[in-house]
Amino acid sequence: MSKSSPLTSRGDYYFKWLSAVCAFITPLLMAGIFFELLSNSMPSIKKFGVGFLFSQNWNPVTEQFGAASSIFGTIVSTLIAMVIAVPLSIAIAIFLVELARPKLSKTVGTMIELLAAIPSIIYGMWGMFVFGPFMAKYVQPLLQGTLGFLPFFQGPPMGLGMLTAGIILAFMILPFICAITRDVFQLVPNVVKESAHGMGATTWEVTYKVTIPYGLVGIIGALFLGLGRALGETMAVTFVIGNAHRISPSLFAPGNSIASTLANEFTEATELIYLSSLIELGLVLFVITYLVQMLAQYMLRKMYKSWSVGL
Amino acid sequence: MTSDTLQPENLAAPYYDTVPGTPVPKISVRHLNFFYGETQALFDNNLDIAEHKVTAIIGPSGCGKSTHLRIYNRIYELYPDFYAEGQVQVNGLDVLSPKTNVMELRKKVGMVFQRPVPFPMSIFENVAFGLKQHYRLNKSETADRVEKALKGAAIWDEVKDHLDRPGTSLSGGQQQRLCIARAIVVEPEVLLMDEPCSAIDPLSTNKIEALIHELKSRYTITIVTHNMAQALRVSDFTAFFFEGHIIDFGTTEEIFDRHSLLDEVPPKEKLRELLENQPKYESLS
Amino acid sequence: MKPRPPTGRRLMDLMVSVWSVISALLGIGALIWILSGVIIRGVGALNLDFFTRLPTPPGLGGGGLANALLGTLAMTVVATLLSVPIGLLAGIYLAEFGQESWIADQSRFSANVLMGMPSIIVGVFAYTLVVLPLGHFSGYAGVVALAILMIPVVTRTTEDMLRLVPNTLRESALALGAPRWKVTLAVVFRAAKAGLLTGILLSVARVSGETAPLLFTALNSPYWFSSLSGPTPNLTVTIFNYAVSPYEDWQRIAWAASLLITVSVLAFTLAARFVLRTKQ
Repeated sequence: MSKSSPLTSRGDYYFKWLSAVCAFITPLLMAGIFFELLSNSMPSIKKFGVGFLFSQNWNPVTEQFGAASSIFGTIVSTLIAMVIAVPLSIAIAIFLVELARPKLSKTVGTMIELLAAIPSIIYGMWGMFVFGPFMAKYVQPLLQGTLGFLPFFQGPPMGLGMLTAGIILAFMILPFICAITRDVFQLVPNVVKESAHGMGATTWEVTYKVTIPYGLVGIIGALFLGLGRALGETMAVTFVIGNAHRISPSLFAPGNSIASTLANEFTEATELIYLSSLIELGLVLFVITYLVQMLAQYMLRKMYKSWSVGL
Repeated sequence: MTSDTLQPENLAAPYYDTVPGTPVPKISVRHLNFFYGETQALFDNNLDIAEHKVTAIIGPSGCGKSTHLRIYNRIYELYPDFYAEGQVQVNGLDVLSPKTNVMELRKKVGMVFQRPVPFPMSIFENVAFGLKQHYRLNKSETADRVEKALKGAAIWDEVKDHLDRPGTSLSGGQQQRLCIARAIVVEPEVLLMDEPCSAIDPLSTNKIEALIHELKSRYTITIVTHNMAQALRVSDFTAFFFEGHIIDFGTTEEIFDRHSLLDEVPPKEKLRELLENQPKYESLS
Repeated sequence: MKPRPPTGRRLMDLMVSVWSVISALLGIGALIWILSGVIIRGVGALNLDFFTRLPTPPGLGGGGLANALLGTLAMTVVATLLSVPIGLLAGIYLAEFGQESWIADQSRFSANVLMGMPSIIVGVFAYTLVVLPLGHFSGYAGVVALAILMIPVVTRTTEDMLRLVPNTLRESALALGAPRWKVTLAVVFRAAKAGLLTGILLSVARVSGETAPLLFTALNSPYWFSSLSGPTPNLTVTIFNYAVSPYEDWQRIAWAASLLITVSVLAFTLAARFVLRTKQ
């Protein structure tokens, strides 16, 4: 009677134990992060309660803090990024999988992946010194000229602000969404695509009616992954969002995000309540990101039927 | 090839305890059942493997031949859902007991797999790997034993000038002989071969079959094969498997005659009949 | 149902194809625009002084970021030394022992979530874990933050690469009487060498360009790098400080540092892919 055990020696017992401990470090870290964020936010939670989430106050002098403008900025910049990145990503995925020849696809694919490798601060530098002025000089006046009746495009075209931040974020998350979408497209069995082609469908129709529905869960997972990235992006956003604790309907106006607030003010926070409010902001971001990641993992796992998900 | 000392009396029953006075077998299997999760794969296997002889295990695909073989060195333990019940002894050593040191067992019972799998190392290191697990040898001792094993596997002449080349640089047939060298370098008592020629070319197959003939003087060999002609060529005894049961066992000549195996493989219905009519094995003691 | 005219469908297909190509061009264009911007602005200020001198106050010129270079190097190396063994062992557990166990599931899930966690949150965590108790900023806190970022990446790629190694290799080694740990370290690892190295290179690439986790852990310092026990000079936070400053010579140095970081990170990334490709 021997029930299998892959251990063949004493050394194995320790080896398995040690590796299990190391594997457990990651969940431990996650729990630890949550715990530390929560416990260090307590002073702020106690003082401001739930109203913290909705208050636009941000005054280190009077020690009144509220997360509303940061949350607003995080959501709006992310939204802009998604609106731009999603159609682009799917289109590029179509290009890589359906249109380009293998060698070209590989080259272009690598270039898109390099976009992901560029560090956030480089995007920030480029955003502040190159793209921002470009926006201020050409794009924003154009938008204002044509669509200036909309509240979104009013106000002085400074170049730095919500719109610029959103656009830069879009290019930062594009490679992530694109890579997974491309994988999903490639996962669709060729026979399925070929039989659709055989019925006279065009490439687009095959994609639209067969590939995308087949891989919809995976694609949505990819979107959530990109969303999660955009929510937490720090340095790029900090450089170009303008850093003002205000909520404004105009996309040209400066604002801030949770991440940019943390980046800018953390080292300035000398009073306990200031620091605690900042950490509470971090807690909010942590929770939002965690939920988004969880959804993304759930969807992607369904698609891949395993945990092997790309970065 | 017939054996002078052993006369079979039962169908599908090991010889040794039914014919008094016969030598103790090398491997002895009694009432072996094997499970894969909820599914049973082997049913009440009873078998004796004679020392210094080649025993072939044949049968239609999926009938449990390899599964049975892989119990002798407990290699199935790599997979969590598999487990075995029953008694398996190798030279008196209780294979299935949790108290048995499985590394020692594997030193005694070596294995050659279906696909040659050289380690990602040089030819020399491939062969020396087994030595390192069980012995503390200095450089020249190691080199000697590696050479001996490579000679024993009839591949020394082909590789002696480039022992530092990676194991994967050899051809399929050479790789398999390398794997044989790798297995015999620790001087096991038993050599298990799981369809060793099915993934290599006919010329290398011939070489390996000739090798098996030589090796049996030093080792007890159990070979799983789906190639009937090969079983006839190399083996002394044959165990005939069907759907996890052993439906016949005897000298190779007898088995092949009895079931006309050279003409064609008996159809499943015939085999099922054999299975049902088989007498249940009861141990003498 | 009224059949759609073929020309309409073909037109749609064409439009989508054109949009796909345009999108790809936009992506490539963005890459080129960014890289060229960094190269143009950075290459001028990347001189010998940059690599050998300490920072100077704005307006004086002639300064460099030698200390920041050393600091970044030191922190990256220590973070790597800390995270790689943990990541490798964790990956081994997930691939070799823990196919279905609860620990394995939790570990994989957490690793994936942690990889998507904003690096600034990890920085806050390192702050609460190291800076607060010690009472001061330090390179050690920075190292902790960086290591936390690296561990899940190394874990995941290790697991993926080890899983690619066929079981027959493990069986062959086990059948020779080797203990499981030796089979894993001496045989399976060797077979997966290229992939494991790639994972490590990729995680180093990712972390060497990180700024947020260092902002309030290692902080920054204008002095020579001597130890990790206090504020530690580093390239990325320096870029941040210099870029938002109003001083032109500091901004130029920020561009030089940006160029250096971009080139290094891209070099690491491409090297990692190259390693993987050639070994296969």
